[in-house]
Amino acid sequence: MAEANQPLEKAPLRSKDYASSQMVRWCPGCGDYAILSQFQSALAILEIPKEKVAIISGIGCSSRFPYYMNTYGVHSIHGRATAFATGLRLTRPDLSIWVVTGDGDGLAIGGNHMLHLLRRNLDINVLLFNNQIYGLTKGQYSPTSQPGLKTKTSPSGLSDYPLNPLAFALGAGASFVARGIDRDSKHLRNLIIASHQHKGTAFLEIYQNCNIFNDGAFSLFTGKETKLDHTILLESGQPLIFGSEKQYGILLDGHLPKRVDLNNRQYSIDDLWIHDEKDIYKAQILARFFDAPGEMTDTSFPRPFGIIYQEAKPCYQDLQEFHSKETMESQSEKDIQELLKGKSSWIVE
Amino acid sequence: MSETETIIKEEVTIKFAGDSGDGMQLTGKLFTENTALAGNDLATFPDFPSEIRAPTGTVWGVSGFQVHFGSRKINTPGDQYDVLVAMNAAAFKSNLSMVKRIGATIIINTDGFDSRNLRLAEYENADSPFAHIPLEGYELLKIPVTKLTKEALADSTLGRKDQERCKNMFVLGYLLWKYNRRLDNSILFLEEKFKHKPDLLVANRKVLKAGFYFGETNESFTSRYQVDEADLPQGRYRGITGTESLVFGLVTASHKSKLPLYYASYPITPASDILHNLVALEDYGVKTFQAEDEIAAICSAIGAAYGGSLGITGTSGPGLALKTEAMGLAAMLELPLVILNIQRGGPSTGLPTKTEQADLLMALYGRNGECPIPVLAVPNPSEAFYIAYEACKIAVEHMTPVIVLSDGYINNGAVPWKIPNPDELPPIQVKFAVAPENGIDYLPYKRDVNGVRPWAIPGTPGLMHQIGGLEKEDGTGSVSYDPDNHQLMVKARQAKVDTIADFVPDQKIESGPESGDVLVLGWGSTHGVIESAVQQLLSEGHKIAHAHLRHIAPLPNKLGTILNAYKKVIIPEVNNGQLVKIIKDKFLLPVIPFSQIKGMPIFKDELVSFITKHLS
Repeated sequence: MAEANQPLEKAPLRSKDYASSQMVRWCPGCGDYAILSQFQSALAILEIPKEKVAIISGIGCSSRFPYYMNTYGVHSIHGRATAFATGLRLTRPDLSIWVVTGDGDGLAIGGNHMLHLLRRNLDINVLLFNNQIYGLTKGQYSPTSQPGLKTKTSPSGLSDYPLNPLAFALGAGASFVARGIDRDSKHLRNLIIASHQHKGTAFLEIYQNCNIFNDGAFSLFTGKETKLDHTILLESGQPLIFGSEKQYGILLDGHLPKRVDLNNRQYSIDDLWIHDEKDIYKAQILARFFDAPGEMTDTSFPRPFGIIYQEAKPCYQDLQEFHSKETMESQSEKDIQELLKGKSSWIVE
Repeated sequence: MSETETIIKEEVTIKFAGDSGDGMQLTGKLFTENTALAGNDLATFPDFPSEIRAPTGTVWGVSGFQVHFGSRKINTPGDQYDVLVAMNAAAFKSNLSMVKRIGATIIINTDGFDSRNLRLAEYENADSPFAHIPLEGYELLKIPVTKLTKEALADSTLGRKDQERCKNMFVLGYLLWKYNRRLDNSILFLEEKFKHKPDLLVANRKVLKAGFYFGETNESFTSRYQVDEADLPQGRYRGITGTESLVFGLVTASHKSKLPLYYASYPITPASDILHNLVALEDYGVKTFQAEDEIAAICSAIGAAYGGSLGITGTSGPGLALKTEAMGLAAMLELPLVILNIQRGGPSTGLPTKTEQADLLMALYGRNGECPIPVLAVPNPSEAFYIAYEACKIAVEHMTPVIVLSDGYINNGAVPWKIPNPDELPPIQVKFAVAPENGIDYLPYKRDVNGVRPWAIPGTPGLMHQIGGLEKEDGTGSVSYDPDNHQLMVKARQAKVDTIADFVPDQKIESGPESGDVLVLGWGSTHGVIESAVQQLLSEGHKIAHAHLRHIAPLPNKLGTILNAYKKVIIPEVNNGQLVKIIKDKFLLPVIPFSQIKGMPIFKDELVSFITKHLS
């Protein structure tokens, strides 16, 4: 690898150092701006050298992301960023590799590759911008669109059931599964940092508002009036409490989650479920907190944000290196000739 | 014991045919190895059903191995058989039409012709298999192979099934006697194969010897054959299949270029053997990846190339169709990539285990937009090594994806191979970009005199840049929708590929005079049959020549001059006339197609008679 001489002391990188000179061309008011800004800020905090960062995207609004970063970047083809990143990761253990994708790119056309990336657990960070719509092709429904949604391709309302991305990721064997949202920037930045720090595939779903084709899809989770009653911020070791006055809690009744009102004195904080990122069974229940946004009922659950699941397990390339002992450096010219010669050869005179 | 007569033969084609489980591939392989060590030139052609374990005794379960060897140059695995070994009635039935009409030997295992086997092979009554053979023209040897095998193993502790499985060694032993061969190297092979299974080794060795001595002691067989050493160029030789040859070419290219080899593939017949072979070469710095599908395989190979590796993917027809969009990305990113397509019968799933050359137009044109990609074609197993090496060299030095076309016939076929010396191969120049002088911006799409852009890999300080599938601005590589820029870039990508013609050998005549009545032009696996046909017609005094394309995009320089030096140009292909279209388009010549699309190689006799009609 070529390495240029670098000055001995360098000023620490600031988030703007990670921004490219390209003019950002997302629609004004798009949630992508906030994500870009928090990503640049996270890289600065993590102090990753710009040349060590490779951002691979597919096709869609989110996939324009690499152009706006002063790092290495490839805007590849629809759905295949995960596959492209796989080859880069397997051959370049030194890089910090990020896949930027969307609900269409990563879960429709690229669903297969996403499944297998998560299963293999390569050390790649996936940022999946979920706006529940096809934006770049101007407003068709996506695999995460809500039932009944009226779009250009579902004028009388959508009949598809939406995919649950976190349940999908857990089902595929993901070792890091988290959810953030464009409007909660500091929380999002921390999740991006945690994704980087996780060894293995990090799957971070980011709710992102498309103010042109699906405006307000997440307003229940962002609106002042509704946010606290409809979301829950997960923190490891902390009880599951939510609500405008922290009046609600969630406990486990056998294997079933139960939503309780702490004000009626039947239950106290001590009865509540304590979040444990390493518990796959609890993570699978949390991923199922996926009720259609609407009226809050006694049987519905708030939407969880934060790290749902995190597990330390060997990633694909570590296992590969474990299984193969030798490397290119240990081979000499003679070995190639021996290889060509094979086990049995003869001389023609 | 009667006197054994030894007859000298110049060339012989043997077909071993039996049930999928009869071990005919191994018998053929061992006989071939022995033949190579006897100094003959040879070519082989395995032929197996696409069913993994087809019902025993049926015609569609027949597996065959064909070997053609001689004391003269052998170009093909042979058309018709001098010897057919039929282990059962189905093998006999499905191969009889390919046996030479006069003077051929048919060796049958009479134990494979019992009433059950005859019924499974759909013979109406027990006599019918031999009813239509003009016996006076053949040497028909009926040997109870299964019975004799069991007798040889009378004192063995092996179970009945394991004993019966040794019967292929009886056949091998008998044929080694029949062709005046030595037993020792086949025994060495058995010792290696069964080194951890001593009881199987003892049994197989015993049966092999029993077959050999059966020939020596049985009075009814009086003639043996001798095929003398061929006049091969001096050097060290080994046996090699097309697949192995391709794989060695790739590994040697990796070694010479100092680029780590990354091979990503999805299992598909007949390309899977490339992955099987490369997986075993991890010690040579090879990294392999079995992807979740064809698309992931090529995309990950492009990702590896972006990171500075020698990215390679391999597949067969339907897989190439799936890789189409990603090939366009590689062409747009202008990154090195090698795509191997081991053709098979199509369209769709087609004939997975049969050979065809029908992906030529797809390789040349099967992408959206103006998307030129160099296309190389392997002519035979020996040259697969050199074509693979050259494909890597072109990809890296010209920053382009390169398609290599081979086919099942080449990849599964085996030949004696003169072992190359890697030191004598042309070097592969790799130039990773380094940070430019202070104050000068890095231009990822600034081309050199050959139209080639620099290869700047992630991790290099000062060269951060963003590329993608959107149209690039000349020089900067920024996204550009400018109309004039698009035209410029389309022409630049084409010119870059066209320039490669100046870096590959000019077109040559394979054999025959530099002008004359007929030029037979071929590409890919028709090499052997065309060469044999042309040699025969040359010896008959015709003014005929053979030229063979290794490079189809861009076409080599001097091809036009050669084509115009003959009154007629005939193009034999195992497709519906695809190269014909290319040559007509490029040179406006009235070329004559010879198309055969049977999932099989073209036969020499048929080609000779076709050409002969055009010579008069």
